[in-house]
Amino acid sequence: MNNKIQAIIQRYQADRTRLLDMLWELHYLYGYLPDKALSELAAGLNLSVDDVRETSSFYHYFHDHPTGRYTLYLSNTVIARMNGYQQVLAALERETGAPVGGMDESGTFSLYETPCIGLSDQEPAMLVDDVVFTRLTPEKVSDIIRQLKRGRSPAEIANPKALPEDEVAYVDQLIDTPVCKTGEVFFQQQDDYAGLLQNALDAGPDAVIGIMTSAGLRGHGGAGFSTGLKWRLCREAPGAAKYVICNADEGEPGTFKDRALLTRSPQAVFMGMILAASAIGAREGIIYLRREYIYLKAYLEKQLQQFREQGLLGDRILGRAGFCFDIRIQMGAGAYICGDESALIESCEGKRGTPRVKPPYPVQQGYLGMPTCVNNVETLAAVTRVMQQGADWYQGLGTDDSRGCRLLSVSGDCLRPGIYEIEWGTTLNQVLSLVGAADPWAVQVSGPSGECVAVGKSGERRFGYGDLCCNGSLMIFNRSRDLLDIVHHFMQFFVDESCGICTPCRAGNIDLRDKVERIMAGRGCQQDLDEIVSWGSLVRSTSRCGLGGSSPNPILTTLQQFPEIYQAKLVQQQGALLPSFDLDKALQGNEQARIELTQTELTALPEVTK
Amino acid sequence: MSIQITIDGQPVAAEEGHNLVDVAAENGVYIPTLCYLKGHPCLGTCRVCSVRVNGHVAAACSVPVADGMQVEVETTELADMRKALIEFLFSEGNHNCPSCEKSGRCDLQATGYEVGMMVSRFPYRFPVRERAVVADHIWLERDRCIFCQRCVEFIRDRKTDQKIFSIKGRGSTAQIEINTELANAMPPEQVREAADICPVGCILEKGVGFNDPIGQRKFEIQSVRERALGDKKK
Repeated sequence: MNNKIQAIIQRYQADRTRLLDMLWELHYLYGYLPDKALSELAAGLNLSVDDVRETSSFYHYFHDHPTGRYTLYLSNTVIARMNGYQQVLAALERETGAPVGGMDESGTFSLYETPCIGLSDQEPAMLVDDVVFTRLTPEKVSDIIRQLKRGRSPAEIANPKALPEDEVAYVDQLIDTPVCKTGEVFFQQQDDYAGLLQNALDAGPDAVIGIMTSAGLRGHGGAGFSTGLKWRLCREAPGAAKYVICNADEGEPGTFKDRALLTRSPQAVFMGMILAASAIGAREGIIYLRREYIYLKAYLEKQLQQFREQGLLGDRILGRAGFCFDIRIQMGAGAYICGDESALIESCEGKRGTPRVKPPYPVQQGYLGMPTCVNNVETLAAVTRVMQQGADWYQGLGTDDSRGCRLLSVSGDCLRPGIYEIEWGTTLNQVLSLVGAADPWAVQVSGPSGECVAVGKSGERRFGYGDLCCNGSLMIFNRSRDLLDIVHHFMQFFVDESCGICTPCRAGNIDLRDKVERIMAGRGCQQDLDEIVSWGSLVRSTSRCGLGGSSPNPILTTLQQFPEIYQAKLVQQQGALLPSFDLDKALQGNEQARIELTQTELTALPEVTK
Repeated sequence: MSIQITIDGQPVAAEEGHNLVDVAAENGVYIPTLCYLKGHPCLGTCRVCSVRVNGHVAAACSVPVADGMQVEVETTELADMRKALIEFLFSEGNHNCPSCEKSGRCDLQATGYEVGMMVSRFPYRFPVRERAVVADHIWLERDRCIFCQRCVEFIRDRKTDQKIFSIKGRGSTAQIEINTELANAMPPEQVREAADICPVGCILEKGVGFNDPIGQRKFEIQSVRERALGDKKK
């Protein structure tokens, strides 16, 4: 029996739902998840080891093979690739001696590519263990690796002044938080959270829910579900316990506004959770923080502790006997799909991040089977502001179907990438001029899962749930960019991130990606385009969750907005053979096989007949 | 509570909350399924039962019926969708029916026939998958796994309630696993149950195979549609 493993199991009271935390502790202990350790953990939890591995093998950041002393994850987004990614990667491979996906011979470095780590405003960027380095160049990378080889730790390099990890100054030392434009709703100075909460508790749950509903606040995660309605359904749903979960698994490539909110206004987000808890009757809350934001954890823990000390979290909040609520941080382990609320709940329960079959919906049966309210970071920050300023005030912002404001994470070909708060109803052109986009050609709105729009055709479209519905990610491309290459990258992202639970998403995204490859290689014909449309629509409509429901979008929306880039690559079919059929390749090895077979037949024959 | 829905325009009476696949079958409408196992919780993995509910495509096995629901099943578009989903399964694995122990008893094969599939429209991938043969009485022919999750969810060790089957990895690189120790503790009837609920020829009982003569195999005696509809067939 390994005492350390037993201690981990005890610390989590052998609670299977905390499996992710326990796996993380094992991972920190060994640098990977050794079979023997997993077996012991499984035994202590009365699980088969395969059951534990079912969870661990789902997540990017858990390794089942030994990793180097330092683990490097270079973010491979399209934005990074516009900013010298290849050179940085080459420098990393050269300096560490580790191939991508592997370890160097001395066991010092493991090097991996990883999807967007939420730093598109300062890429190329990489995580080294629990710290992050941004704006990488080959020179900077060489310097970092040399220092690591000399024995300095990643933390010492990234944080030379040894600032305490739980201070915002530490976060600021690691990354920039460029809030380029603020507005009415977010990043507000707020000193009197106690007063705000006092008013809410005096008004009562129904009044608080009523305020959210009449304000017209809708979820900022992307789907735009009414926050007030979600809370009411959760309040009314029968259940012995209720839960509030803050979705901080900001995984959509190109978005980083939740990172900025958690850095600059964490307490506004927590207050949103407390208000939600008071409204639905929850005693426990969870912030599901993506692993890529690990460097925010200590800081957030301290901010939570301050709230506890102020009597805003814990038992008897503001002295009220009936109101107990506290928040814990659940670290993710690398899975885009966990941004889906039911997959996120599964992950919080220590399982694979597989989206659930709905109904039942999380507001009916969510975390641990109890009514659960999952709200996005930005939504919760807005909740606090709505509570402070009132429903009428909020109603005055935005448009009829989209009240309030929205944070955009802007990256790509523009002068000032960063966070912009815009009122719903702002046009795309207005935003483009605000961010200094000199020659914008295409804009990826809402990341890969959203739509790619041609600025010439769509510049006057307005941000809002009824038109340019945006989850916060805005990537700008000028005419020098290869859109097909970007589409291919996005499709590969969905192939990598599909959980595989349902047929169309698991199988279909691969076929769609292969179609793009075929067209890029100049072997596609009209039939391929027709099949893309038909297969794309099949995947979109039959998949279980929003991932498959949107994964064909990179192709379908570029095909619709930029048909010319596809047409230019097509070839005419000559005769019966499809252009994608490579006759020479198909016949490769045929001659050799014929010779071998002939010889076999000859030697097999009796001597006399030869 | 008794409610009314329509299926392809025909009014149908049903009990509120009952599963749409069952309600349809009780009324003589066959909806193809692969992962759905009557009497067990819905898995919603294969999506082969896709229909339209109030205009939106949904997997029928995941739909509890509600009053006024308008369901479309037998439209050309939906029939082709379901066929395409089955074709996905054929192209993503290796399914050589003539040499398969499960031939004639295989849900995937039978459903493929039922929806009129001739060949997959998607490129065959010919993946290389290793079989798992270590357990004493049971083995996995992974070429044929369609990731339905039936074994993962419905077969557990009787003493400890631990999972015997599990999925390792994710997405297109996921694979089905079997825990040898727990598999060796499975009583013979549970081995048979696991092999039987596998809708393809992935989970197989060792020492058994090709035992029913051609012409007398499960789906040759009664088609998958007839089995689903029972005496309700139109």
